[in-house]
Amino acid sequence: MRLRPQTGVVLLALALAALALVAAGCGGSKTVSAAAATKGSSNGTAVLNGSGATFPEPIYVKWTGDFHSTHPNVQVNYQGIGSGGGIEQFTSQVTDFGATDAPMSDDELAAAKAKGGDVLHIPTVLGAVVVTYNVKDVDKLKLDGPTLADIFLGKIKKWNDPKIAALNSGVSLPDSDIKVVHRSDSSGTSYIFTGYLSAVSPEWKSKVGQDKAPEWPTGIGGEGNDGVAAAVQQTDGGIGYNELAYAIENKITYADLKSASGEFVTASLDSTTAAGQGVEYPDDLRFSLLNSKAPGAYPIVSATWQLLWRDPSKAGLNRAQARALATFVTWELSSGQKEAADLNYAPLPKDLQSAAVKALDSMTIPSS
Amino acid sequence: MQPQASRDSEPGPRAGPGSLGESMTTTTETPAPAAALERLKRPRSRLGRSADQSFRWLLTGFAAVVLVVLALMLVRTTYVAWPVFQQHGLELITKQRWFPGDNAFGALSFIYGTVLTSVIAILLAVPVSIGIALFVTEVAPRRLRVLLVYLVELLAAVPSVVYGLWGLLVLLPWLERHAWEPISSVLGFIPIFAGPANGRSFATAGVILAIMIIPIVTAIAREVVALVPHDHKEAALALGATRWEMLRLAVIPYARAGIIGGTMLGFGRALGETIAVALVIGGNPQISASIFQPGYTIASVIANQFNEATGFHIQALLAIGVLLFVITILVNVAGRVFVWRAARGLA
Repeated sequence: MRLRPQTGVVLLALALAALALVAAGCGGSKTVSAAAATKGSSNGTAVLNGSGATFPEPIYVKWTGDFHSTHPNVQVNYQGIGSGGGIEQFTSQVTDFGATDAPMSDDELAAAKAKGGDVLHIPTVLGAVVVTYNVKDVDKLKLDGPTLADIFLGKIKKWNDPKIAALNSGVSLPDSDIKVVHRSDSSGTSYIFTGYLSAVSPEWKSKVGQDKAPEWPTGIGGEGNDGVAAAVQQTDGGIGYNELAYAIENKITYADLKSASGEFVTASLDSTTAAGQGVEYPDDLRFSLLNSKAPGAYPIVSATWQLLWRDPSKAGLNRAQARALATFVTWELSSGQKEAADLNYAPLPKDLQSAAVKALDSMTIPSS
Repeated sequence: MQPQASRDSEPGPRAGPGSLGESMTTTTETPAPAAALERLKRPRSRLGRSADQSFRWLLTGFAAVVLVVLALMLVRTTYVAWPVFQQHGLELITKQRWFPGDNAFGALSFIYGTVLTSVIAILLAVPVSIGIALFVTEVAPRRLRVLLVYLVELLAAVPSVVYGLWGLLVLLPWLERHAWEPISSVLGFIPIFAGPANGRSFATAGVILAIMIIPIVTAIAREVVALVPHDHKEAALALGATRWEMLRLAVIPYARAGIIGGTMLGFGRALGETIAVALVIGGNPQISASIFQPGYTIASVIANQFNEATGFHIQALLAIGVLLFVITILVNVAGRVFVWRAARGLA
């Protein structure tokens, strides 16, 4: 290779520029946030960045696209990085809105309040967690909460255990081992599932409790929804849990569960929405729909939330952004709901929809 | 027979007049032809000299970037994780219970899993790699050699998530049924093979890791094997050694240090592998003697929990990240030292 002197000088300049870029990237971790970089755009376009739960990511991405086509001056970006990360980035105001599968805790709210004031929880869609299983020649299985908890506690070890048999008269259950599969990663799905087990089994509540990554008493871990599904399907006698949407899309068999009102319910979008009907919602909309007593309700149901600042301008959003955010979330709660079922998310029940709109009304939106 | 030799002593007949670049690539050990030396003695233009200077600074800058990035990473993560080291101290590496909900942060089972899976990987990969290296350099016909080297290097180009998914969906069920279960039913009385055999296990992760580190171990083994002087091999053959004896008596002892070094570099890579392991390890923070039981590794815990972590939990994950960083650096430095020694001994 021959280097002409001039080429060398040019190369040097290029390299120095590259070094400067690298240095800037290393230094300014807080100062050049994605949100800040897009603020104050001149052509009247408002850019909103959000991040958080992965469970609703497909519907959020669809919503942001559809919203942009009817509101071309608003660009909403959403990245599924996990609920914990979503809360973290929202609180530190790296993003303009957050998203989470579990409501923020009192501690997290206090930390957020110190940084940008009150936080609004806006439920967007409902999701369900189903119990997937793989037992030879059993394509219809019924379980109730206490039995499910005992299986995941490792107390029921065989598929033909009397407790399971009692719920499944007429089904011939094999004498094979039950092999429990759980999520190995930290996940909102585990949080919802263990929340249900805690609600129906005092023993589960005291020994394990509700957690995104609990200390599982038994079983092996699979990574993500697909990891659990693969493990259940590869293991004869396997039992695990998956998001309803994932199970529907991948045609995985799941069990009927006994609801709080005593009926066996098959998980579906309808029985998921049913869980939220006729429920008293608290003003801050941090609620649980687990083990709902509503008629026809599937028992393992949870909402997923978007997190907004009550006064966005205090948290660094400009006027255009604050107005765009309010418009976007209002749109999600009305037009957006009609798209939910296409992607196997359960739309909000009427009561909850109006409660969410009411909460959104308390947001401080600067007038133009 | 020895492509390296011809590459190293490349003379500079193609050098153009006053060629700056050529003079830089000609290393000091190799004898340059007299004509080229004469040209270098001529005084160079001022521009030429300044370009030389700036080129040197440019290269120094590039080299420095590596050090700066490495130092920034270590300093920053240690800084953020410092409260964890302060609060938990040695418990981080002596306690087994890891439950963020209860402020329990003991990484012993992760360290165990990390080391165990990497050791399994090394035990499987090194013999195969040495075999490939010897075959390629000493046995294979030329065309096959090129193809084989290419294929082995291709292994390194496969993204690790692809290894992970293939491992999860194809390799894991096969190994469970046709390898781990038979082995544990025959040899189950030995604790390390104790059943019930599980596909999601240290052993499966070890196999995946072995496939992933074969390219680097093979590449280094191949280099050091190729460096064995021809004289030694010919001497062995002249004394009546068979090919196998020649490899055993002349080649392997000469290349041993380099092979050990390559092994340690492979080990360092296996320690840090994340997603492929996370998919097949089973995710149970337990210390079990049996390699057919599920476990956990440092890197896969970080991958699995980082998304959902907040506050102190994040700091704890960074702390075990620092731990892994330190372990990996130590292993890599040891490996490098071996390779350097081997290279210096042979040069």
